[in-house]
Amino acid sequence: MKIQKGSLLALYAALELGHDPERQLSTADIAEKYGVSSHHLAKVMRHLVRSGLIQAVRGVGGGYRFAGNPGRTTLLEVIRLFEPMESTIELTGTASTAAAPVIAELHSIAGEIDELTQAILDTITLRTLLNAIERRASAALPAAPRASRDRQRRPG
Amino acid sequence: MSERGAFPINIRNATASDLDAVIRLDMDTTGTEKRAYWQEAFARHVAPPYNGRLFLIAEKDGVAVGFIVAETRAWEFGSPPCGWVFALNVATELREHGIASVLFNQLCARLRLAGVDTLRTMVAITNKVNLSFFRSMGMTSGPYIELEKRLE
Repeated sequence: MKIQKGSLLALYAALELGHDPERQLSTADIAEKYGVSSHHLAKVMRHLVRSGLIQAVRGVGGGYRFAGNPGRTTLLEVIRLFEPMESTIELTGTASTAAAPVIAELHSIAGEIDELTQAILDTITLRTLLNAIERRASAALPAAPRASRDRQRRPG
Repeated sequence: MSERGAFPINIRNATASDLDAVIRLDMDTTGTEKRAYWQEAFARHVAPPYNGRLFLIAEKDGVAVGFIVAETRAWEFGSPPCGWVFALNVATELREHGIASVLFNQLCARLRLAGVDTLRTMVAITNKVNLSFFRSMGMTSGPYIELEKRLE
């Protein structure tokens, strides 16, 4: 599986906004935090708005806000907005009688792989991913007194 | 033993008197009464003291509202001993209050005390509720693949 750039940007945005659905953030805020092109991210944000996953908030202090439930929205729902999830087989030449059963069997195997991939992505919610990211970040922190570690993790 | 979820939940070992409640909780979810299956499960998992098998009940106000069942399995195709959870249920009207999480955490704690360091399970690929729950509790795909063959 190859996660395309659009999907990755969408996941950055969905995670950032889903972390606190009440919070509004601009494209520039998210682009700066993740070190990505705000131009490309803006296109992705418009797509996410059209899908109903996020909401554009107008006016002073406007930006974007998460419109769904991070505990219900799965990675598959986000990624599927930006790329097909089915494996493809690049066929070369004219399909012969000998090639047909090979291709058919490979399609069947690819179907098994796709089913597993989609089942995994469809059962990981943004909340689960946020928790896993937080655990990974905590594990990566150098050993420090608990109070000090908590201060480091508090958003600025 | 109590833990704090959305409301007080007591976790305890199942006893023979929980059989009907477990059958009812299971039937409410699956639509099938499996009395013979649960009688056998109680005979194997409830009667003896810990022997690698755990059957925990979640109680709210003295009423059984959920359960989790696990056992220790060893050396299936070379797999070192690990915990294996094979049943988990919470009353439908009380879901999303953290009861399953409390049951799961209690189960993990007891297995750890017994020297078990890995927990596994197998869930239907279409069972999004249970798969999402186990994922949320930190479980990931393991190093085994389930295979099957239709016997004709």
